[in-house]
Parts: sequence; structure tokens; C-alpha cells
Amino acid sequence: MPWFDYLKPLADGAWITVQLTVFSTILGALLSFIFGIGKLSDNWAIRAISIAYIEVFRGTSLLVQLFWLYFALPIAGDAIGLDLRLPPVVAGVAALGLNIGAYGAEVVRGAIQAVTPSQYEAATALNFTSRQTLWKISLPQAIPEMMPSFGNLAVQNLKDTALASLISLGDLAFRAEQLRNYTQDSTTIYTIVLLMYFGMALVLTAMMRVLEASVGRWRGARS
Amino acid sequence: MSEPIIKFEKVVKSYGNYRVLNDLDFEVARGEKVTIIGPSGSGKSTVLRILMTLEKINGGVVSVGNEPLWHEKGPNGLIPAREAHLRKMRKQLGMVFQQFNLFPHMTVLRNLTEAPMSVLGLSKQDARERAEELLQLVGLSDQAQKFPNQLSGGQQQRVGIARALAMRPKVMLFDEPTSALDPELVGEVLNVIAKLAEEHDLTMLLVTHEMRFAREVSDRVCFFDQGNIKEQGTPDELFTNPREERTRAFLKAVLEG
Ligand SMILES: Nc1ncnc2c1ncn2[C@@H]1O[C@H](COP(=O)(O)OP(=O)(O)O)[C@@H](O)[C@H]1O
Ligand SMILES: [Mg+2]
Repeated sequence: MPWFDYLKPLADGAWITVQLTVFSTILGALLSFIFGIGKLSDNWAIRAISIAYIEVFRGTSLLVQLFWLYFALPIAGDAIGLDLRLPPVVAGVAALGLNIGAYGAEVVRGAIQAVTPSQYEAATALNFTSRQTLWKISLPQAIPEMMPSFGNLAVQNLKDTALASLISLGDLAFRAEQLRNYTQDSTTIYTIVLLMYFGMALVLTAMMRVLEASVGRWRGARS
Repeated sequence: MSEPIIKFEKVVKSYGNYRVLNDLDFEVARGEKVTIIGPSGSGKSTVLRILMTLEKINGGVVSVGNEPLWHEKGPNGLIPAREAHLRKMRKQLGMVFQQFNLFPHMTVLRNLTEAPMSVLGLSKQDARERAEELLQLVGLSDQAQKFPNQLSGGQQQRVGIARALAMRPKVMLFDEPTSALDPELVGEVLNVIAKLAEEHDLTMLLVTHEMRFAREVSDRVCFFDQGNIKEQGTPDELFTNPREERTRAFLKAVLEG
């Protein structure tokens, strides 16, 4: 097989990889904010749940989380009479999102805590409620600070999608492995795959840069 | 003296074993302009920060407008104030910080309209009109669309003053408003404060090291030392004829420094 014949199946796989990355990154970002803010809550129950989530998903490997959702959950569901079989895409997006969300939550928490105390004092002096202070004062200042770390996490997430091939999701890594089994042409195939992952990472990084610039415009403002 | 709007009674504030305020008794009358002077660490900022509810007290009672600030009425006497009570009391107070503490992610206009809209419930239109009047007062009408980091320190502090005034407080607290400024920018901020001091109804409590200015604008000057008022009086009394040795030494040091 000439090398360009690999492109079609690999591009199909890459498209799955892109979708996995996008959806799990969005899910992860949502979870990051929910549990990062939750960890700073005045309510101890919310704080405890947030800490538990963060520690469990940071403290166990993504592969195990993925297998647990895909293989163990249906069996656990069976035992209590529920059908908890997940389609591979759902299991993949969920595992990746939950995993990246746990790391993201720490980024969100750290960035909120890094807002200087004097900003909170000004907010108190103007009689903002704590909720208004979060939404209007601290988050808008914290979000630009989170962006570089979020960019790294998104790229990390893109690379982690390769693990999803282990639950037979037809992503780029899965297609590559299929082709290799069929043709034994490891060098060509994996060189193309390498370049494809790298290209996707470049695009993702560029997108995060644009996002970073747009949420932090006020920081660069100078006359 | 008419009924005080601010009253400290035997107020104690400590950090661990260290007593910052030591049974402080202190009153400010409605509309009075009071300057607090004193060496660094004597508790001047602490007095203002307690009033702005940024620091709790450890003993005594602080009243604003005849109502306890840090306490509220419970079934059996006074209990520590809860957030709702503090929110009600804070409406009467505005604060200007040494480091301005403007919101860096908001334009000047937004710095002035955000709290009136979301805290006081003003319409966008009303908040904007109020902001424009205040910008005119502090001489920054042409800077409304800039971000704080595009302004000089003096301009930023004038925005800080306007932002506090936008909430229409009865009492304005100034904590060394010009100490972070380059010398050539001090005047423009003091001019704005002097203009405010002409407002008959506004009560002002000002911590400063600008002695000449304190003398011009204040009705009364209090010299703080080691967490209490060592000496107080009209500017003339205190600056020309200080009774206490500590006051004399402090004034000498400041005026020569
Ligand atoms: N958060 C704090 N923890 C411990 N000590 C503090 C704290 N804030 C203020 N102090 C101490 O309280 C004293 C009075 O502080 P402050 O009211 O700021 O003095 P001033 O404004 O007169 O310089 C100082 O000795 C200061 O070190
Ligand atoms: Mg001070």
C-alpha cells in the first residue's frame, strides 16, 4: 500500500480524536469551574464533595477510570438492576472529561485564590455579595490567569484520547494500530500519526492563545 | 457637639497577644472632618478597617448612626453581627484605599457603575449619569473608557474616590490616600478631597501624613499612639501647641522628614 492510502482511514480516526478532545475538554472545563469554585465554598458539604472528586480523579490513573466506566460500571449496574452500559464514545468523553476536570479544578481554585486580598476588600467596601464578588470581581480576573494552564491541560487531553482506543473507539491511535496489524508498515504509519497528533496540538494551542488574548484584553491595555 | 455618627467604646482589637487597639474611645460627629495622624503601626488603618467591616473587633462596641456595627439585637441582648446586618450597615460607609484597589478588568466608567447597579439596583442609565457627574467632580470626564492601568496614580486615586462616592455614603474613610503617589501627583488628589470637605453633610475620617493639608481641612485632629488617642484637638491646638511630648516628637519628625 502506498503511504497516501493510509491517509483516508487515519483521517477518519483523527476526526474521532478531534471530537473526543473537544467534547471532553468542554466537559472538563465545566467540571473545573464547578468543583474549583466548590472547593472554596463556605458550605462544608460542597467543599467535601469537591475535594473528594478532585482527589479521586487525580489520584487514580486515567486508564483505570476509563476501564471502570466501560467495563466495571455495567456490571455494577447489573447488580442493582440498572442498565449502565455506556457507548464507547460516552465512556471515553466521560473518563477524559472527569480526569481533566479534576486537574482543571485545582487550576481554577488556585487562580481564584491568587486574586489579591485587596480586591476582595474593595468588593466588601462597595457592599457586593459574595456571589457578586465571585462573578464580577474575582472570576474575571482569575480566568486569564487560568488560560496557560488550561492550554496545557487541553493538549494533555488530546494526547490522552489515545487511551480510548483501548475500548475500541475508532480514534486515530486505534486506526493506526489496525493499519499496522494489516500492513506491518509501522514506520510510515506511525510517522504520519505522529505528525497528525502534532498538527492537532498546534491548532489547539493556537486556539487557546486566541481565547487567552480575548479574555485578558484589559491586561494588555496601555495608552 | 451633635449626636455622634461614629462611636468607639472601649474597643479592643488584637492579633494574637498583640493589642492593636487598647480600649479605644473615639467619637465623630455628623458632618465632622477628622484627621488621624500618628506613627506607623499605631492602629490608624485598623480604626478605618473596623468601620469598613474589613476587621472584626475583639471587645467593646462600635456604633455607626447610633446602631452597633459589629453586633445586632438577639433574643437576649446583643449577638455578633451576621452578614445581613453588616450589609445594611456598610451602606453608610465608603472607603478610599492607599493602593486605590480599582478593579483592573473594568473601565473607569464600569468601576463607578458596577456597584450602584448590582448592589443598589440603579438602572444602567441612572448609574451612568451618576458616574458622569462624579467623573466631572474629580476632573476625569475624558477618561471614562480607559482601564485603570492606563491612568496615572493620581488619576487612579481620583477614580477610587469617585467610586466610593457613587454609593452615596454618609461617612467617607480615607486611608493614606496619597501615600502611594509620586509627590507631583499628591496635589490633584488633595484638591478633590478638599472639595469634598466643603460638603456640609459628609462625615470624613482621614488618615494622612500631609500635615499642612490636615490643618486646612479638618475640624479636629487626633494623634494616635500605641492603639489609642494620645492627644486630640483643633488643628491649631494640636499643631501649634501640642501638650504631649510624644505628639511634639512625632510632629517634629514628620515636618523635618
Ligand atoms: N493581619 C494582621 N496580622 C497581624 N498584625 C497586624 C495585622 N494587621 C495589622 N497588624 C498590626 O497592627 C498594628 C497596627 O496596624 P495599622 O492599623 O495598619 O497601623 P497604621 O495604619 O497606624 O500604620 C501594626 O503593628 C501591624 O503590624
Ligand atoms: Mg496604615
